[in-house]
Amino acid sequence: MRYAETGFNLEIDLSRGNIERVATDPKLTEIYLGGQGTAGKIQWDRVPPEVDPFSPDNLLIFSTGLLHGTPIPGANRTAVDTFSPQTNLYSHSLFGGFFGPELKHAGYDKIVIRGKASDLVYLWINNDKVEIRDAGHLRGKGALETGALIKEELNDPDAQVAAIGLAGENRVYMATIEHANSSASRGVGVIMGDKRLKAIAVRGTKDINVARPAELFEICNPMYQEIYDNPYCGDAFLHEDDEGWHVNNFAWGNARERQKDFWNKEREEKWKGISDSVRLRWTGCYNCPKDCHQAISYPGRQTYFQKCYSKLTYAMAAYKELDFNYDILGVTQEHGLDGYSTPQILAFAIELYEAGILTDRDLPKFPSDSGERFFYLVEKIVRREGIGDALANGVYHAARQIGRGAEEFDHNSMKKFEQLPLKLKMINYPYFLMYATGEKMTITQTEGSYPQIPIADKKEREQFVKNWDAAPERFKKWFLEWEPRSHPSVEASVNICDWNETMHYIDDAIGTCAFLSSFRGQFGGRPPYHLYNLPNFISHATGMDLDSDALWEIGRRNRNLIRALNVRRGLRRMDEKPPEDHWKIRDPEMETKLLDAYYEFKGWNNEGIPTTETLDELGLDYVSADFIERGILTDSEGTPSQETSSEKEKK
Amino acid sequence: MSDGPKKKVVKDIKVDLDKCIGCRACEVACSAFHARPKYSSTNPSMSRIRVVIDDLNDVYVPIRAGDYTPAECTGRNTYTINGKQYKECSFCGVSCPSRDLFKEPGSGLPLKCDMCEDDPPLSEPMCVQVCTHDALTYQEREEEGQAEEMQEELEIGLESLADRYGLEKLKDIVARMSMKTDK
Repeated sequence: MRYAETGFNLEIDLSRGNIERVATDPKLTEIYLGGQGTAGKIQWDRVPPEVDPFSPDNLLIFSTGLLHGTPIPGANRTAVDTFSPQTNLYSHSLFGGFFGPELKHAGYDKIVIRGKASDLVYLWINNDKVEIRDAGHLRGKGALETGALIKEELNDPDAQVAAIGLAGENRVYMATIEHANSSASRGVGVIMGDKRLKAIAVRGTKDINVARPAELFEICNPMYQEIYDNPYCGDAFLHEDDEGWHVNNFAWGNARERQKDFWNKEREEKWKGISDSVRLRWTGCYNCPKDCHQAISYPGRQTYFQKCYSKLTYAMAAYKELDFNYDILGVTQEHGLDGYSTPQILAFAIELYEAGILTDRDLPKFPSDSGERFFYLVEKIVRREGIGDALANGVYHAARQIGRGAEEFDHNSMKKFEQLPLKLKMINYPYFLMYATGEKMTITQTEGSYPQIPIADKKEREQFVKNWDAAPERFKKWFLEWEPRSHPSVEASVNICDWNETMHYIDDAIGTCAFLSSFRGQFGGRPPYHLYNLPNFISHATGMDLDSDALWEIGRRNRNLIRALNVRRGLRRMDEKPPEDHWKIRDPEMETKLLDAYYEFKGWNNEGIPTTETLDELGLDYVSADFIERGILTDSEGTPSQETSSEKEKK
Repeated sequence: MSDGPKKKVVKDIKVDLDKCIGCRACEVACSAFHARPKYSSTNPSMSRIRVVIDDLNDVYVPIRAGDYTPAECTGRNTYTINGKQYKECSFCGVSCPSRDLFKEPGSGLPLKCDMCEDDPPLSEPMCVQVCTHDALTYQEREEEGQAEEMQEELEIGLESLADRYGLEKLKDIVARMSMKTDK
C-alpha cells in the first residue's frame, strides 16, 4: 500500500483529448519526495530545452505535496510548474486553499497537462471519472465567478476549482490561476490559457492512508494549538493595521522611491477603518488554524480574497490610498492578474507616458488621475488591446517592444521578471546571493529561515539563539557574532543562502505552507515546522525512514535538479545578478567573491553549472550525462573543486 | 444500573458561524478519529461534521450529522439572516436522500455524529479540539428526564439498508451469512 500519496498521476493530452491514469514509481518518492521535486523530474525527462513555452509539448503540472490529505496541519499548497514565456526558464508557483488535498482524495498526486485544446475547455475530475468539457460559455468570465458557475452546473458545491480569468485566456504573462482564497502567481496562468484550459474542477471522496496512524496523530494534534498561538507564523503582517514596515521600506510608483513620512497614526486609523468596513471575515486554508486571507466585499465588486502584501501593491504603485487598492483588487483578481508584477507594469506605463515615450496615440483618452489610469490600463492589458498587447508581456519585454528609450525604465526586473519594489542603500551579502541565484524568480521563494536583521542587544541575541530549535548549529554561532551594520562573512552568507533556499525546496516537495516553515523563521525564529521536526511527520505519514540529514539531502537534490532545468535552457553566470539599482551602494569585487564562493560551496563550476561529481553524488547522473552529451559540461569539468567536500562536513 | 430515573446528559456543540475560518480541520479530525483502525486514514467526505461553504456569499456553516431518514422533507427552507441568504438545508444535519451529505461515499450508508464516544472518554469531541478559533465549543449539561439509549451506528446502518432493500431481504441475507459462519 502507498502511504500519504496515491501512487497515481493523471495525464491529460488536450490536443488529442486523451486522459490516462498512470501509476508512479514509489522509488521516485524516496528520491524527490513529491510536489515540485517529482514534477521537476517529469519536466527534465519530457520537456527538452528546445521546447518553446508556447509549444504544445510544454507541460503544465499541478502537484499535490507529499503530505496533502494527511492529518498534518497546514499541508495544503499545490505546486504549479511549467516553463515561462516571459523568462524562457523554469516557472514555479504555489497556491494554498483546498485544491491539492481534494485532488489527493480523488486519487491523484499530480495532473500533468500537455497539448492544447482546440477551443476553451475545462477539466472535471470526479474520483475515477475524468472529463474534458466545453468551456465556451465561461469565456471572459472572472476566475472565482468561473468556479461558482462550474460548481453550479456540476451540481457539486464541494468541488474545488482552479481557474484563469481573462488575463490567462489572452495569454497575459502576469496571469495567475485563482482558487478559492488563493492565487498561483508568477505567471503560470499564461500557460493554462495557452493550452485553452479555463479551469480544473476536482472532487474526491477516497481515503488517504498513513503509515503509522497513532504516532502521527499524536504529533499532529498539538500542532493546531501551537500554530494558532505562534505569533511568528501565518501572515503576521496582514493582521496588523500598522503598515509602517511595508509602506516605509518598499518603493512607490514603478519601484522608484520610498516615502518615509507617509505613515502616521492618523493614516493608520483611517486605513484600519477602511479595512474593517470591507472585510467580511478572515479565512484559512485546508486544515490550518491560521487565518491569512481576508474575504473582502468592496462596494460594486464581487467578493474576493486578499492575501499577503497585495493589500498595498496597487496603492503604492499608483500613489493612492488603501481604498483604491481594495477597489482595483476586486477587478484584477477576477481577471486573474498577479498582484505583485501587475502594479509595476501599470506604473511603468504611466512613467513612459509622462516621459513622452507613450503618447495619446498609444493611450487614447488616457485619464489624468493615476487610479483611473490603472483601471484603464488593466482593461487594455487583459484584452491585449493596443499598447496593452506589449504591456501584457511584462516590463522587460514591453520595454524592448516599445523601444524609444523605454528600456531605461525597466530597472526592477531580474532574469526578465519583475521583482519586489525594494530599493535599498547598502548591498546585503546573503541577499545578493539569494537574488542572483534563485530559480524561483522572486526573493520570497528563497528567503525566510535566517533573520533579515541582527539583534542589537547581546542578551536578547543569546536568548533568541537559545530558543532557536529550527537552526542548524553553525547558524547560531554566526548569529551570535552578527553586530548591527556589519556584514556576515562570506562563509556565513553562502550558508545562509543555502539554508534559506533548501527549506523552500523541502516545503515545495511536501506541500507544507511556507508561512509555517521556510518563510517564517526569519522573524522570531520559531517556525512550527523545521528541519528537525519535519522528518518525524514525513516518516510517520509515509513509512519512509528519514532524518534531518536525509531530508536536507533531498532538498539539495531537488535544488540541483531545478537548477539543471534552467542550465539546460541556457542560464549562466551572466544572468545571475539582482536588479541594477536594488542597492545604491554596490561592491563588484565582493559580489564576484560571493558568487565564486557560493558556486564552489554548491559544487557548481564557475558558470554556475552543477559539476558531474555533484550531480552524481546526488543520484542525478542522468543530468550529468545529458550535460556532457550536450557539451554543457566537459569531462574535465566533472573534476570537483577542493572546497565542495566542505559543504558535506558543515551540515 | 441504579433504580431511580437517571438524569439526561445533554452534550452540546455550540457553533459560532462568525468565528469559522473555513479551514475544515474539524472534517479532517473527525474522519481520522472514525477511521478503522483509528487515525489510519483521513477523508472529509467520511466526516460527521461538514463545513458547508459558499465563499462568495460569506457562508460558512459547520453542520453535524444527525439522524438518518429515508424520506425527503415535504418542503424546504431557505433562511435569510442579516441580509445574507443561506442555501436550503443549510442548518440541517439529517442524512437524507435530497443530498450527498453524511453518507459514506460508495456504500451510501448514513453517517451520524456520536460525539466521539470513546473509552476512556475524550475531554471534548475531536472537531472541537482542533477548532482553535472556537467556532465550535463543547459543553455538557444535565437535564431532567430519562436518559435515552443511543442508537448504535450498526443499527442506523441496518435501518438504512432495510429501507433500501426491504427488511425481509436483509433478514434472509443475515440468516444466510450466519449459516455460513456456523459451518
